[in-house]
Amino acid sequence: MTLLSLQNVSRVHGHGATAVTALDAVTLSVEPGELVAVMGPSGSGKSTLLNLAGGLDAPTSGTVSVDGVNLGELSTRAVAALRRRSIGYVFQDLNLLPALTAAENVSLPRELDGVGLRAAKAEALATLERFGLADVADRFPDDLSGGQQQRVAIARAFIGARRLLLADEPTGALDTTTGESVLRLMREQCEGGAAAVLVTHESRHAAWADRVVFLRDGRVVDEAVNEPRTPNGDAMVSGGRP
Amino acid sequence: MSVKLGLLALLDEQPMYGYQLHTTFKERTGGTWPLNIGQIYTTLSRLERDGLVDAAGDDGDGHQIYALTDAGRVELQRWFATPVARADRPRDELAIKLSLALSVAGVDVREVVQAQRTATLRDLQDLTRQKFHAGEDDLAWLLALDSLIFQAEAEVRWLDSCEERLLNNQAFKNGVRR
Repeated sequence: MTLLSLQNVSRVHGHGATAVTALDAVTLSVEPGELVAVMGPSGSGKSTLLNLAGGLDAPTSGTVSVDGVNLGELSTRAVAALRRRSIGYVFQDLNLLPALTAAENVSLPRELDGVGLRAAKAEALATLERFGLADVADRFPDDLSGGQQQRVAIARAFIGARRLLLADEPTGALDTTTGESVLRLMREQCEGGAAAVLVTHESRHAAWADRVVFLRDGRVVDEAVNEPRTPNGDAMVSGGRP
Repeated sequence: MSVKLGLLALLDEQPMYGYQLHTTFKERTGGTWPLNIGQIYTTLSRLERDGLVDAAGDDGDGHQIYALTDAGRVELQRWFATPVARADRPRDELAIKLSLALSVAGVDVREVVQAQRTATLRDLQDLTRQKFHAGEDDLAWLLALDSLIFQAEAEVRWLDSCEERLLNNQAFKNGVRR
């Protein structure tokens, strides 16, 4: 089932002569297994798109569905519950609560969901283990490197039944190699059947995606689809221009 | 760079015969620089003529082995000690194309920029996919891939900046061509 679907979604701020169209009739589907990147200049609507996809904002027109559920038909409370259960977020920074350990940060969404403390903790530990982060479980965010913090945030994004990750410049503050390890982790999750939307202004990061959607003035103007043109591991195409 | 310096670098590790050099060269550059076996043999005979390699007998199976000479080693070290000059690169067709697009009637430069950006991003996706599947210890190949990735990224950044410059230019917005 399509994990995320935006159908003809527009978001207009203000009214009448001063109205500003942040997003204009955007249609986008994200299937299980897909990593989709969204690129575009500042003000092109990237963050608006992500906020709408995550139910943090509501469209002026059009429908947003997560896991087949139309968010427009839910109460604010129900949207919050669905968000907690189905969607994980990773931002550029400030992803983890500083007063909680890595494991407590990861278990928090499950506790908020009503899962008992002990069970939530066990789930968190299992998730951290799956992401190769078992050794940082009892450490506080301040004791983790930027890359470790982002990986913990990604682990949290996939706890429980969550299969949709929305990421806004998750590698923004990281060096090249660390940023790459975060993208690799997202890629691996998607290969395993999850889905992710990655907002970035860095083409090198967007290139980890199966599809790159270009926004300009709130509209989708182009899309780069990664269809294999050379078999894996085979001699590659020349990077130079003929 | 020349094939000559590539072969000298490989022979610095150990003496090799022609076909072996061909295979190793391909492995190290990940096929980014296709060479045919004929080029290898021609280069080897020039290197021998110039005293940079020596024929060092055969490997028992009739393959002529070549080894680096002291002069060859000096030549190789000189190469590593000298930065690569950007001016040696060929003309950039894309930069010329965009400049010309500004003055040709009926061409939307922003569309040219976007079409190029999409194409370059697809190259970048290809390269990234290969990096994702490359072995962690395949360092030579990873370095070669990173080089191509950063070059492609630089092109996209330059295209982004072209677009910004166009959008911020009043004459361009008013449709004045030059």
